[in-house]
Amino acid sequence: MKNGFTVFFAAFIALGASWTGFVLGPALQLGHQKQTTILNSSDPYPIQRTGDATLGMQVYRANGCAACHTEQIQQDGVACTVVLTAAGKNPEAVTNLLSTLNLDGLTEGQASAVADKITASGGKSETHIYATGGDVARGWGIRHSVAADYLYDYPVQLGSLRVGPDLAAIGARQPDASWHLAHLYAPQSKMPGSCMPAFKFLFEVRKIKGTPSPDALALSGQFAPADGYEVVPKPEAKQLVAYLLSLRADVPLYEAPFTPPVAATK
Amino acid sequence: MKANDSTPVTDSQIDASCRVPLLALFGGAALWLVVGLVLALIASIKFHAPDFLADCPLLTYGRVQPAANDLILYGFAIPAALGVVLWIFARLSQVELVLPMVPVVAANLWHIGVLIGFVGILLGNSTGFLWLEFPRPAAPLLFVAFVLIAISAAATFGQRQDRALYPSHWFLLAALLWFPWIYSTANLFLIGWPVRGVAQSIIDWWYAGNLLLVWLSLVGLGIAFYFLPKLGGRPLESRFYAQFVFWTLILFGTWAGVPAGAPVPSWVTSLSRVGTAMFVVPLLVVGIIFFKTVSGAKSTCKGGPFCQMRFGTVAFLLSGVLLLSANCPQISRVTQFTWFEQAQVQWQVFGFFTIVVLGGFNHLFPRVMGCDLPFPKFVRFQHWLFMAGAALLLVSLATAGILQGLHGYAFAAALPALRLSTLGLLFLLLGSLIFAANVFVMTIRWKLGLIKIVINAVLAPLSAAEVKS
Repeated sequence: MKNGFTVFFAAFIALGASWTGFVLGPALQLGHQKQTTILNSSDPYPIQRTGDATLGMQVYRANGCAACHTEQIQQDGVACTVVLTAAGKNPEAVTNLLSTLNLDGLTEGQASAVADKITASGGKSETHIYATGGDVARGWGIRHSVAADYLYDYPVQLGSLRVGPDLAAIGARQPDASWHLAHLYAPQSKMPGSCMPAFKFLFEVRKIKGTPSPDALALSGQFAPADGYEVVPKPEAKQLVAYLLSLRADVPLYEAPFTPPVAATK
Repeated sequence: MKANDSTPVTDSQIDASCRVPLLALFGGAALWLVVGLVLALIASIKFHAPDFLADCPLLTYGRVQPAANDLILYGFAIPAALGVVLWIFARLSQVELVLPMVPVVAANLWHIGVLIGFVGILLGNSTGFLWLEFPRPAAPLLFVAFVLIAISAAATFGQRQDRALYPSHWFLLAALLWFPWIYSTANLFLIGWPVRGVAQSIIDWWYAGNLLLVWLSLVGLGIAFYFLPKLGGRPLESRFYAQFVFWTLILFGTWAGVPAGAPVPSWVTSLSRVGTAMFVVPLLVVGIIFFKTVSGAKSTCKGGPFCQMRFGTVAFLLSGVLLLSANCPQISRVTQFTWFEQAQVQWQVFGFFTIVVLGGFNHLFPRVMGCDLPFPKFVRFQHWLFMAGAALLLVSLATAGILQGLHGYAFAAALPALRLSTLGLLFLLLGSLIFAANVFVMTIRWKLGLIKIVINAVLAPLSAAEVKS
């Protein structure tokens, strides 16, 4: 490397390669990503957020929630479980068969072999798929996050540090808006010992004039406002909660299959 | 482009030509370092008392913490390093700094950009992209300022007396190209005309990886490879190894940054993991260069610039080891999304980069100003504070991260270790105050000196010749 031009050329080649790979490549592959459909259904996914939730995403951004919360559930893989749905004409044989078989934690191949044996003995079975891994075991989500989940996000805030729990499916995990409002106003009132800072500036503490506001938070003990006062969420707080409730990631997709819980199956 | 002056310029003339630009760069950098560390300290105190300053929206954790990170990186690390780089270019070229007023303008633009950016974050106008939080109006200022400084550096480089390139040249020239490219790409694709969906995250990780790993390494190593031989009194061992480091660093490092298991196409995460793993190659060779160059060095380590360069280079090796270990699937199962990853980044910034840059600063600043530092005895103390602070930050955050990972992100497990990091930040803040005191007192002295010259010129008695005419 004798002159400056060679150095620039070297840097150009190296950075140009990763630019092509990690900027151009994803932009071409994902830049025209479109709505997909939910697995085994014709329902589109994802659907646009409501106006409030879209504004709430900006409240989430402005206050840097992603400094402590990720929005990406991970999974190790999937496993299958075989569920007997009908014993058929010879229930005794099926029962005997089942007692000899391992029905849970199977690969797809094993599951279909088990299902074949059950069918051969006259019973009927269903194979259910579920995701496995730490995040799923913690109850943070039912499947891993995939690119489609973020189609309408700007900015996409995947986060990199879990000081608090992952929020990719918080709307499915805790669908109660009033819980979220109280938690934002006084985190320790819902999660004792939490180190989350309070977001009291998203609320207004005001004197009750006449009838109390229907929006007022139900707070008790040390977190309650003084007598004659009420805590009312400002629009930002409501928008933020609308956004949190819109984070669900709870439908099966082609790239993230699982069998929905019984209540959801048709 | 060869300078044809018959009389070669002396080192002190070269140093003096850098004086005004460097004061402009270092002055703002010192201010932002102190402010950034105060904000980092505020963020850290919130882990002792979550409600500390929580009711002020400007100082909520999610705004203070990115503001602190960005102030330290963009406000301090980059301009301070550019100051050292300009001086190295002038010295290596053996000419006075070309276009000295350009970096002065650029430094002011840069620091105004940082001011806009950091106030913007506190007001809630962060872009929401990691390491790119400065709001839209800040980006063009930073970009233009960097390009102007790069032009001045390149012009100085073009005038060099000895046409052969020194290894530091490669690293620093590449860094001058690197930043404008990644910064403009990230701003255009994320903020100007945003791409759709998770492609945003991939570009953001690409940017952050190229900035924190490649850019900081290029500049930090470029500076260290200049000062280690110079202060140690031994040649760099060797040019060939340095060339190997240069190539492998930019070829492999540039792919790092995408976390495993991210919700992106799996070829992206796999490629990034491979690139990060290959980083072991430049790391090993830097180790060889360091030990071959430093062993048998004539000067000893007494807390001065040589000592800081040595510590910084070893810190680079440790930072690389942390990065590689967090890249192993078995370890990343525990450390992903924990403070461990933050510990590596903080160590890269403070343990490696800041200490190398400050080492260079402590060596060149008295020469550039033509007088001793106002507080020369504190330089050693400052180095100890930075070493202890960075090490404490690393140990506490890494421990917190491992505990957090082992307990399924249960935060209570990590809290005691995390609280220790406040002490590390306090040490860093004290060290940065010494740095700032040296810069500011020197600036005031210089300005007073200028005023004195003006006053003397005004008050000087007229010479007989002038009276006659």
